[in-house]
Amino acid sequence: MQIKKNIAVSETGFVFDPTSGESYSINKVGQEIMAMLKDEKTPQEIRTRMCEQYDIDQASFEKYYYDFTGMLRQFQLIEEDE
Amino acid sequence: MEKQQFERPYIKKLQAGMPSKFGMKPKAEPITHIDDNSVADLIGEFGSPVYVISEKTIRETYKRAHHAFTTRYPKVQFAWSYKTNYLSAVCQVFHQEGSWAEVVSGFEYDKALGNGVKGSQIIFNGPDKTEKDLKKAIENDSLIHIDHFDEMYTILALSENSGKKPKVAIRINMDTGVYPIWDRFGFNYENGDAWDAVNRIMINDKMELIGLHAHIGTYMMSANSYKIAAGKMADLAHGIDKKYGISIKYIDLGGGFASKNTLKGAYYPGSDTAPSFEDYAEAISSGLLNSELDPRKLPTLILETGRALIDDAGYLLGSVIANKRLSSGHRATIVDVGINLLFTSFWYEHEVYPAAPVSDHLEETTIYGPLCMNIDVLRESIAFPLLKKGDHFVIKRIGAYNMTQWMQFITLRPNVVMIDLKGKPHIIREQEVMDNITQQEKLPEHLA
Amino acid sequence: MSKKKISVALTGLNNTDNPGPGVPVIRGIRESKEFDARIIGLAYENLEPGIYMHNVVDKTYQVPYPSEGTDVLINRILEIHEKDPIDVLIPNFDAELYAFMKAEETLKKANISTFLPTLEQFEERHKSELPKFGEKYDVKVPFSKPITRSDEIDNLKEDFDYPLMVKGKFYDAYLAYNADQVKMHYNKISAKWGLPVIIQEFIKGTEVNVVALGDGHGNTVGAVPMRKQYITEQGKAWAGITLDDKRLLDLTDKIISGMKWRGGMELEIVKSFENDLYVIEINPRIPAWVYLAVGAGQNLPEALIKLALGQEFDPYTKYEIGKMFIRYSYDIITDVREFEKLSTLGEL
Repeated sequence: MQIKKNIAVSETGFVFDPTSGESYSINKVGQEIMAMLKDEKTPQEIRTRMCEQYDIDQASFEKYYYDFTGMLRQFQLIEEDE
Repeated sequence: MEKQQFERPYIKKLQAGMPSKFGMKPKAEPITHIDDNSVADLIGEFGSPVYVISEKTIRETYKRAHHAFTTRYPKVQFAWSYKTNYLSAVCQVFHQEGSWAEVVSGFEYDKALGNGVKGSQIIFNGPDKTEKDLKKAIENDSLIHIDHFDEMYTILALSENSGKKPKVAIRINMDTGVYPIWDRFGFNYENGDAWDAVNRIMINDKMELIGLHAHIGTYMMSANSYKIAAGKMADLAHGIDKKYGISIKYIDLGGGFASKNTLKGAYYPGSDTAPSFEDYAEAISSGLLNSELDPRKLPTLILETGRALIDDAGYLLGSVIANKRLSSGHRATIVDVGINLLFTSFWYEHEVYPAAPVSDHLEETTIYGPLCMNIDVLRESIAFPLLKKGDHFVIKRIGAYNMTQWMQFITLRPNVVMIDLKGKPHIIREQEVMDNITQQEKLPEHLA
Repeated sequence: MSKKKISVALTGLNNTDNPGPGVPVIRGIRESKEFDARIIGLAYENLEPGIYMHNVVDKTYQVPYPSEGTDVLINRILEIHEKDPIDVLIPNFDAELYAFMKAEETLKKANISTFLPTLEQFEERHKSELPKFGEKYDVKVPFSKPITRSDEIDNLKEDFDYPLMVKGKFYDAYLAYNADQVKMHYNKISAKWGLPVIIQEFIKGTEVNVVALGDGHGNTVGAVPMRKQYITEQGKAWAGITLDDKRLLDLTDKIISGMKWRGGMELEIVKSFENDLYVIEINPRIPAWVYLAVGAGQNLPEALIKLALGQEFDPYTKYEIGKMFIRYSYDIITDVREFEKLSTLGEL
């Protein structure tokens, strides 16, 4: 899974999708996940990193992670290459 | 290294637009404590969900209302509206403050007697009073508010065999500029029914007509309607004085004062639009004092307001069960408080607060209760912080009607806790157990 | 004379085909010979055009809707005031007036001046109160009657001639030619705005409008009458012309002196074929076509600021007759970065 190349995420949590012209706002955790997705980190790498940094267990994180990426998919911010 | 607090990741499409219903959302300020008890501790000790009532808030609210009226009118008496909340502890706080009892059924009547209220300080309202109820009320010198002619003749018949002269008032409905008119209760003022009722009582001489009662509606946002009602009642009292030479002892203007909850479909929040006690008091007292009534023998003003006195004192605490996405991508949160415990969510946009500080991010969310029933929706759409499973929340301003109209439906009802003036919580109604329900059931032999 | 520096905050930057009065009010202020104004825009939404017109608005802040609660809105304004002081605040939407009227004292304590109608004046001019209003101030209003039950509709012919107007308590108005149409509108309106539904006599004639300003003591500070020459599908004026009609001004004076109206107002009047003037509606704020008044010689936005600041000045008595306005639309070019700034930081 990859974030579309042309999507820009600003420091203020503003996401602009030039393909659709839509803009979004995201929170800090969402921003960090998006940054890691852009760096092509695997879900496992993301999970490990986030659970180290935040007060959250792996199972709970996984649940929120898939909910979040589901939203990214719904908003078509993801390159569907598979 | 200490770990950072986790907030679930979230992305929201920015609605680009012109002025419409949704503007910039305010931050969600948490309610972490109720009268110095932390929400987490209350839930830890008494379970989730749990009703919490602040004794302090009840007493302060009562004093505010009392002050608003007594500074504007010389004789004022409050009567606690049992149907709004008849948990004994709640009733006793009001009785200690000086409230009489206002009841609308035999059950409530007995509850008031059980709470030690003197019979002569119980106002008996409502369309359904059985002969047995009426007999008891006559014996106890209670104030019977007659709703219809059938009831009047029942009382007349009962008075024949009783040594006592029943003390009665008649309930009157009228046009106060508010629609719909509540003409299902009592006798109409404009069409002459009210005078008709007065005349029949006076010529029979079997009952003592001591009061006039009106209850013009519920959730009245216009204080001015009370001024009109008070004026019409005063005119009627004056007319009775002129025609029969008796002075009515009290005028009871009922209840119906709005609380600060926001009704569904309202543009402004209730906290901005609901009239204050001062507004109502000003309207009612000016309606009475500017009438023809002789200022030397003014009737007592009785008020039966319930909702406005208790709503603010009640909180419902609960926990998040789950979060999900609906097929549209819309966020839904399932909580352990359902419409079985929050009947008023059918007509209010209840305010729901997180119980711990949250970030600025809010998401448009539907809040569902835990019942396996499609109608179990607490809020269709609320800008809600990103709570996780197990997080606590507080629903504010739920003291009125929810602890009487609640349903034993699908599950049992939880603890009700009152926090006393010193900040100590007490259970005032135990959470139900299976036996409470099953002991009322009987199984026919062939099914046992 | 050097111009007095002043900062003015206002709403209604939605200069669209259903325009708010913000931008025209600002244009009036910008043309003032006495004030050198810094304009602080208050925006409810992120695409209100005024936000991106940097020669019109100096700085914009996003504010929450009054439906979030007066306290929330006022606290945001006080927060803005703290870092970007506001001398005068001019609200331009009907829906927010209630909140600002309630908060007038709070704002005054923070040194923010306003010049708004009183709550009593605001309530008195409600549509459902029109008959009472007409009686109290001795002005002609269409005969009207509130109804609360659909079975009253069949009897309307005793009091009204068809066609008649069916109106909601707050908004919506339909013309009905028979009882069936009244029933249809009644059901629609009562479901949306509740009861009563107001049945109003339909006055045949020409609609004219007056923009006016009252000083709160019964004096008219300025007034300009206008007839709409072109009306959009939304019923908004797209072109209009100033009129020479003393009776319209006399009627305006009568209403303002009777009510002791405080602040801006727009009167909607129908001149019947019998040449009678009927007041149809009283809007409690400056209308979006106010710039016509400025162009005709009465800078009412500037006068409103003077009133708010408590300055003495001579009222306007003249205006140029036959001045016209023709609205046009204009595309501003901006960048997503501006939109981002406003959306994430709440200011631009």
